[in-house]
Amino acid sequence: MVKEGLFTDSEAPELLGSRCTICAAHHFPRHDTCPYCSSEETQPAALSAVGVLWAWTAVTAAPPGYRGETPYGVGVVELPEGIRVITRLTESDPAALVAGQSMELRIVPLHTDDEGNEVVTFAFAPVGES
Amino acid sequence: MKGVAITGVGMHPFGRFDGVSTTDMGVSAVRAALREAGVTKGGFQAAFCGTAYGGVATGHKVLSRLGMTGMPIVDVEAGCASGGAALMLAAGAIRAGQYDTVLVFGTEKMPKGIIRSSFFEPWQEEAGLAATPAFFALRAQKLAMSSGVTKDHLAQVVVKNRRHGTSNGDAMFQKGITAAEVLASRVVCEPLHLFMLCSPNEGAAAVVLSRQDMATNSQATPITLASAVLRSHLPGSVLSESTPLSGLTDDTVPPATTLAARDAFAEAGLGPEDLDVVECQDTDAARELLSYEELGLCEPGGSAALLESGDTMLGGRLPVNPSGGLLSKGEPLGASALGQVVELVRQLRGECGARQVERARVALSHTVGRGANAGVVILTR
Repeated sequence: MVKEGLFTDSEAPELLGSRCTICAAHHFPRHDTCPYCSSEETQPAALSAVGVLWAWTAVTAAPPGYRGETPYGVGVVELPEGIRVITRLTESDPAALVAGQSMELRIVPLHTDDEGNEVVTFAFAPVGES
Repeated sequence: MKGVAITGVGMHPFGRFDGVSTTDMGVSAVRAALREAGVTKGGFQAAFCGTAYGGVATGHKVLSRLGMTGMPIVDVEAGCASGGAALMLAAGAIRAGQYDTVLVFGTEKMPKGIIRSSFFEPWQEEAGLAATPAFFALRAQKLAMSSGVTKDHLAQVVVKNRRHGTSNGDAMFQKGITAAEVLASRVVCEPLHLFMLCSPNEGAAAVVLSRQDMATNSQATPITLASAVLRSHLPGSVLSESTPLSGLTDDTVPPATTLAARDAFAEAGLGPEDLDVVECQDTDAARELLSYEELGLCEPGGSAALLESGDTMLGGRLPVNPSGGLLSKGEPLGASALGQVVELVRQLRGECGARQVERARVALSHTVGRGANAGVVILTR
């Protein structure tokens, strides 16, 4: 996977966030200090795998250091925990998406590394899309 | 802030200059600013140099070339607001009585194409989550939803600024452009087309600051630095220039630009209604419109209407980016904020010829970018 500790790669994948036990805010990725109230009382929390689309676009030319295909979708998905997450989208045509539509977490292939291993990352897909 | 004057300004044009080094450009801008200020070797007690890609001791290399060292020389990196940060430090030191005269300059040679920033972790780049134009595009889309900004509005911002830039000999693009040409350029990240994005490039700018009561050697009208503020972001907004991976479902967190503007207006004892001319961050066309709202030039949601009114064009009530903005000049990070200040000083002195804003007395400069860093500078004459 593109980085350990960001998500679980399983049948029911999850983003690995944390929750502050003082101010109750959720964060992603996982932090040992709350980025909002600065308390050190954070607990690991898996985030909901389904949310709604809040903003989206598509990147048409590979940015520096990028190892995947273009074009690709990038957007913000709002999760029920009161958190908005920056994410890849499986849909790279902005015209095919609408604000507020349901989106679900997927673990998707990103590229094949120099040793021939498939590298996966997290992305959100419209609910119901195969 | 009382008692700080800008006594000299200088620029190396913004553009692409193969064979001209970061040091060369800095030397050129610094020499011009010192000459205008009537300041010679030994005449300033500190120097601050804004740069993001210049490398170790960029400021020292410039001043060594001029044989003017011995004083503290500090490089300042604050992303797009590096020059604003340098100005804040210099002005604060003068106000505190530490120095009488301080040199502030910025110089930069940016890599070509989408800016690669060490700000991001390698995995973010690898996964495609470090694409700067994508963040611009997401902000543009939210602005479209909140303020009714259309692609035509975005194209009109480019047309306006490029028209302003036609008389700026220091700009990278000095040719006008039509809305049709903007909309015919390729889509980089929907809704942003290529010509709606500024070009990272090269250039330098310099200003000399002095205690107001000692600003007597200047060859030109001294301009008062009423305030110079730098602020970082508060956490919470997923689309903040701090580019976090997550944020809260809370739209009440004020952006860094608003924090800086509020402080700058308070320090100067002025408000948006007092402004005659503005240079604001237009890294992309939507960013200019967002800046109208975040700086308080209009009500939240009012940016498209303000643009449509024609007020922000040269000849309008409050011209924005008379220099042509970054859309015409391009953006050398460490120099861009000071480039705005150079333009505004010349506007307040009445030296701008075809792009002169009539009777300009109060001016505001705004830069915002990675960090987040937001700089707001208010100048008066």
